[in-house]
Amino acid sequence: MQNNSNIGAVQQTSPDLFTPIERVMAGSERIERKSMTAWQYVRYRLVSNKLAMTGLVLMVLTVLMAVFAPILSPYDHFTTNLENANRPPSWSHWFGTDDLGRDMFVRTWKGAQISLFVGVMAALIDLVIGVVYGGIMGYFGGKVDEVMNRIAEILYAIPYLLVVILLLVVMEPSPTTIIIAMSITGWINMAWIVRGQIMQLKNQEYALASRALGAGNMRILFRHLIPNAIGPIFVTLTLTVPNAIFTEAFLSFLGLGVQSPVASWGTMLNDGINAIQNYPWREFFPALFLSLTMFAFNVFGDGLRDAFDPIMRKS
Amino acid sequence: MPMVRYISRKFIFMILSLFVLVTATFVLMNAVPGSPLQREKATSPQIQKNLEAFYGLDKPLIQQYGIYLKNLLQFDLGISMKKRFYSVNKIINDSFKYSFRLGIVSAITSVVAGCVLGIIAALHHRRFLDNLAMVLAVMGLAIPSMVMAPVLQYLFAVKVRWFEVAGLDGPLDYVLPTIALSSVSIAFIARLIRSTMIEVLHADFIRTAKAKGLPGHLIVWRHCLRNSMLPVVTYLGYLLANVITGSVIIEAIFAIPGMGKFFVQSVIDRDYPLIMGITVFYAVLLMVCRFLADIAYALVDPRMRNFATKAGN
Repeated sequence: MQNNSNIGAVQQTSPDLFTPIERVMAGSERIERKSMTAWQYVRYRLVSNKLAMTGLVLMVLTVLMAVFAPILSPYDHFTTNLENANRPPSWSHWFGTDDLGRDMFVRTWKGAQISLFVGVMAALIDLVIGVVYGGIMGYFGGKVDEVMNRIAEILYAIPYLLVVILLLVVMEPSPTTIIIAMSITGWINMAWIVRGQIMQLKNQEYALASRALGAGNMRILFRHLIPNAIGPIFVTLTLTVPNAIFTEAFLSFLGLGVQSPVASWGTMLNDGINAIQNYPWREFFPALFLSLTMFAFNVFGDGLRDAFDPIMRKS
Repeated sequence: MPMVRYISRKFIFMILSLFVLVTATFVLMNAVPGSPLQREKATSPQIQKNLEAFYGLDKPLIQQYGIYLKNLLQFDLGISMKKRFYSVNKIINDSFKYSFRLGIVSAITSVVAGCVLGIIAALHHRRFLDNLAMVLAVMGLAIPSMVMAPVLQYLFAVKVRWFEVAGLDGPLDYVLPTIALSSVSIAFIARLIRSTMIEVLHADFIRTAKAKGLPGHLIVWRHCLRNSMLPVVTYLGYLLANVITGSVIIEAIFAIPGMGKFFVQSVIDRDYPLIMGITVFYAVLLMVCRFLADIAYALVDPRMRNFATKAGN
């Protein structure tokens, strides 16, 4: 009934029923949100990711401890003291001592030094080879890409641990050997990531503009394209580090990597495993810090990837 | 015929990679200074000569390489230098069954547990169960097997004595090594499934299925999971690689007489024929797994059938 009566009544309109609102021009163009550059946005996303920040803090703390703890401690990592063997954690030995009376605190952070050194060096070598190789593949394309990609594919199919172990048979087992061995096939992943990025970027206007201004191929590639691919490169770099740390610990654990008396988390874990029942701290501390370091790099890398991800940025 | 071309291309690359590895192994093993037969105690020159002749080391290198390749083609991996009268084939034959069983069990565990965890996380996106599953996954990725294995062993075999400390005899003995071996893969698969599944759950065809009133479990099983499985199929090749090489550590900790243990021992002993033999065996195994995973991927993904010839890798 209500409806019918409304349809029947014709509404009379006249101009005086409407009052125009005055248009305020000032401020209508104002942008409420602070405008951010792409980099500021990435940083904002990263900083607001609590897990990634936890990872970053842990990473920084590990680096600081690895650098300063062995210097500041009154003990060193190789002097044995049999009278003090297998002591539980105390004020004089924070992490206890091992079966030869060496201070576990210093040894743990010496182990951190080796792990971080191997991880960072392996990642940096992968970075250099991968960026140059992948950049050339992606930029030149065609036959060059074809041939270089085939070579990479053949190397990639070779199981990585086998290469590492084979090289350790031939060369002196040391952190340097482990780094070299890991770099033989490690760079390929990076190269493919860079290749994909460069293939997308090389047809962009700024590359064309640079070419029109007379820039050479190498200048366009390394000054313009690669800096624009820095996001994925950096993410890959961060996620390479825990892999390298794992490999070092893996090899040293098996007795194929770093050799005693040098302290490495892998060798310490292997030493501690037989003592786990009576002297659990000898296994606990290297296990804890190896896991924490891998956790830190993993979550930070994940956070970085999320921060750079353009799909996430839209939402 | 793009499919046939894709497969044959992958096959040729597999053979090439294998050839590179086999050659590199040979070169590396011969580049080691000193003869592998040298001992601490002096042997008479005649015995030394006989030994060298027995292992074919008296011939020129290039001829040795030829013999090595020929033997490989006939699946003859030579004779161990430290374990007398044992052929490398026999050592692999005896030990591989342990590694194989453990590997298969953990591969299946990884896929099943990873999928379940991933599905739960995706269905409870941004709620408690999702967070819990992802915390577990991050921990699984961060805790390496050489930490996981001794901790499990200590807690469940020494403290609570539910399982045997070492060995691989009964079905119960598989539990601890399998968990230690699969935790990383479970975590990886769970994250993979979760992220693709969240994407798929927002796809139009899922909305259609819901609109048509399909029950929830059917939507998840028939429509979501099948589409989310694709990245897992690509990962399968690497999963097997992880599980097989990872077992080196697990076998050492749980005292399982598998191939990984012999591999490490051969490296420590510098037993060159055994190192070469196991390396080549591992390599063939891993590459064949990856090759099969590539084929499986092409078969599962209809898009691959058209793009197969174009796809770079």
